[in-house]
Formats: sequence, structure tokens, C-alpha cells
Amino acid sequence: MSETRTIAVTVNGKRHEATVPVRLTLADFLRHQLGLTGTHLGCEHGVCGACTVLLDSHSARSCLMLAVQADGHDILTVEGIAPDATTLHPLQQAFHDHHGLQCGFCTPGILTTLIELLRDNPDPTEDDIRVGISGNLCRCTGYHNIVVAALEAAKRMKAARGAP
Amino acid sequence: MKPPRFSYHDPRNVADAVGLLTSFDNAKLLAGGQSLMPMLNMRFVLPDHVIDLNRVDGLSYIRERDGALEIGAMTRQRDIEFSAVVARRCPLMHEAIRQVGHRQTRNRGTLGGSLCHLDPSAELVSVAAALDAKIAVAGKNGVRDIDFAAFPVAYMTPAIELDELVTGATFPCWPDGHGYAFVEFARRHGDFAIVSAAALLEEDANRKVTRASLTLGGMGPAPVRAREVERALIGESIEEKRLREICETLRSCEAIDDIHAPASYRQQLATVLSRRALLKAHERVGARA
Repeated sequence: MSETRTIAVTVNGKRHEATVPVRLTLADFLRHQLGLTGTHLGCEHGVCGACTVLLDSHSARSCLMLAVQADGHDILTVEGIAPDATTLHPLQQAFHDHHGLQCGFCTPGILTTLIELLRDNPDPTEDDIRVGISGNLCRCTGYHNIVVAALEAAKRMKAARGAP
Repeated sequence: MKPPRFSYHDPRNVADAVGLLTSFDNAKLLAGGQSLMPMLNMRFVLPDHVIDLNRVDGLSYIRERDGALEIGAMTRQRDIEFSAVVARRCPLMHEAIRQVGHRQTRNRGTLGGSLCHLDPSAELVSVAAALDAKIAVAGKNGVRDIDFAAFPVAYMTPAIELDELVTGATFPCWPDGHGYAFVEFARRHGDFAIVSAAALLEEDANRKVTRASLTLGGMGPAPVRAREVERALIGESIEEKRLREICETLRSCEAIDDIHAPASYRQQLATVLSRRALLKAHERVGARA
């Protein structure tokens, strides 16, 4: 039997207590134990970025963390981005409007990465976006429409805040 | 589950971490996890015990003391990237850290993890070489310092004992107004560099070089100082033609051959990147960060 531990984590605002094998990755915990399959696993060694979640508001690869390390921490996954069940986050809406995804596999990691980027830098240049998503691989879009969508989302989020 | 079976330990202080290290065979320290976790996921390493340092108190700090920066082993690369004191006192590290991986990996990756993993082209390792850093190591007999020059003993092998752990590093700062540059060539942004060059320069009132540091990463088992070039630069006025001659000598540096590039390609990169780094450093002499 694998060694286990009981952990308490807050995921998308909801507190969970669970017993996990100590060698379970955070990504597998989210997907298999909490059923939050929006977090995708591509490479499982920290290259593709599909499993990116926000840990205490900072983006991190959930395949490169153990679930036990998340004990006491706050996690946001792609399921927690939208304000409610029927409204998309402005970033998600911009991806929809500008065809910022095709197969959608990389999208959860790109959205979570961009949530952090747009929070820290509400007025990004195209270059900022390209560097920001350089740790996320996408095989469909060629990145162009992802960048367009991210810039548009920044504009809409700024307008919504009433900024000049 | 991808990682192999292991026992997990999360000590709260350095003494307990050292105690655990001393009592186990085949234990691995887990810092930011950006190298160890992939190796666990791929089962390249099979530790019986993983000792997680993320809940150890007192290993995350950036302090300025006696003309040097002291940085804790568990300081995240992110904290170095956004540190005003690092940008002001150690602009080489500030420039290098932005080339370390990606935002998502810098948010977790640590200074101590980078130093101990000791990848031959890791940016922070090159910075430690460039600045003659001292690495603080704790063991059951207390704390000792290792000069960076003696820190790498072989490919990805630091000079720390199995029951020791790195607690931090001291980076002596160069005077305000020194020139600096960190340039690298990687296939994609955020990848480990094939070759990198880190340059530091001080010049006198006549713009002649009085002190130089040049470090090449990615050439051999660990970053190396190009001591002959450093000596040749003293007393020189930096200009492109002369630099080209001096840096050409780097073509005879030993270099590794691997799937990323043949040795001759690395030697070519060493001459070009060193020239670019030194020119950039020269242009920055006298400018305030």
C-alpha cells in the first residue's frame, strides 16, 4: 500500500478534505479524486503547461506538485474562472469570439496562465502575452488567435472597470 | 500514479530536515519540484524517502549585507525576479532570471533547487559562477560555506554530502555602475540554453577595463569562467574588432557534443555570445540600473 495523508485544500472556493497517497500529483488529485477534469495533463513533466492551475493566486504546473503539498492552500482551476454557471469570464468570452481554441486541450492551462498575467498586467502588449504563454504548448491555433483573444480580453476587462 | 512509492516527510526546520537526511539512506530533497517532480514522474529517480523543504521555516529571504546579497535556498525564482534589491544590486541576476523557464515554473522553482540540480546551462548556476558566490550548507556538524568554484564536482553533482542541504547563497555585488549582461541561445524561449554567456565589467575613467568576469554555461559539465579572456580584457578599451579577436580564443574551449548541438556549434556560440555579452556589458558601464 502507498503511504497516505489527509489534506484540506480549498479548490475554486470550496473546501475539500481528502485522504491521498503521498505520491499522488496535484493534477491527478484534482482530476481523479475531485472529478475536476478541466485541468488537462499533456506531458506530465512540466513542459506543455496544460495542467496549469493557480496556487494561492500564482500559476503553477499541477503535474509538478504533490497533492500533499497543497494542504492548507487555495487552488483555482479552469472550472473556477467563470463568475457563474451561465456566464463566461471575459477571457473565456474573448477566446470564444476570436477562435482562440480549436481542440481545447491546452485551453485550461492557457486561461489560468492568462488570468494571472492580466491580473498583474492589465494593459499587456502583444509581446507580454507571447512571453506569458510561452510555457503553454498549443498544436492547433499557431497561437495567433490566442494572442488576439487575450488582447481583446484585456481591453474588455479594462473597459468593464471603467478605466480610461 | 506516475511517481514511484516513497515515504513523505515535511519537516518544519533545518535541524529536523538534516536529522531526517542523516537517518535515511536513499532520500531526496524536494525544493520547488520543477526538476525533481518530472524525474519522479518519469521514474528516473526512485527515492525511498522524499523530504519536502516547502514547509521549512527561514529559508526564503533576500537580504543585502556587507556589499553582498544573501538569498535563502527556498526563495522562489519569482521572488528574485520581482525583487527591487536584486535588480539594483545584482542586475546580472535580474537579467538572467527572466530567462529561467516560464512564469509557471518560476513561481515554484527555487534558488537552492537550481544550484543543487546544477544543470550545466542553468542561468542561476552561471550567475553564481560569475559572481563567485558562496553556498551555505547545513549538516549534522553545523553550517559550512563552499566557494562556488569548488561547488560542482561533476556533471549535475554538487560538493554536498548526502546528509547535507543547501540553506542559501551569498552573492558578492559589484559596485554601482558596473556593466553586466546575460545572453543565451535556446531553441525556444524558456528552454535550457544551449550556450549562455554572463559578463561583468568595471572600467576606469578612460574606459579601460579594470575588472572582468565572463562565464560560459552549457559548454561542459558545469558553467565555467573564461579566465584567459578575463585576463586578456584587463587594460583593454572595449571595441568590437578587438573583442572579436579576444573571444575567438574561446573556439578552442572544451565543449560537449549531444543531441542538441555538436561541440563545434557550441564553440561558435561561445565566441559570438561572449562578444555580445561583453559589448552589452560595456555599453551599460556607468549607467544606473
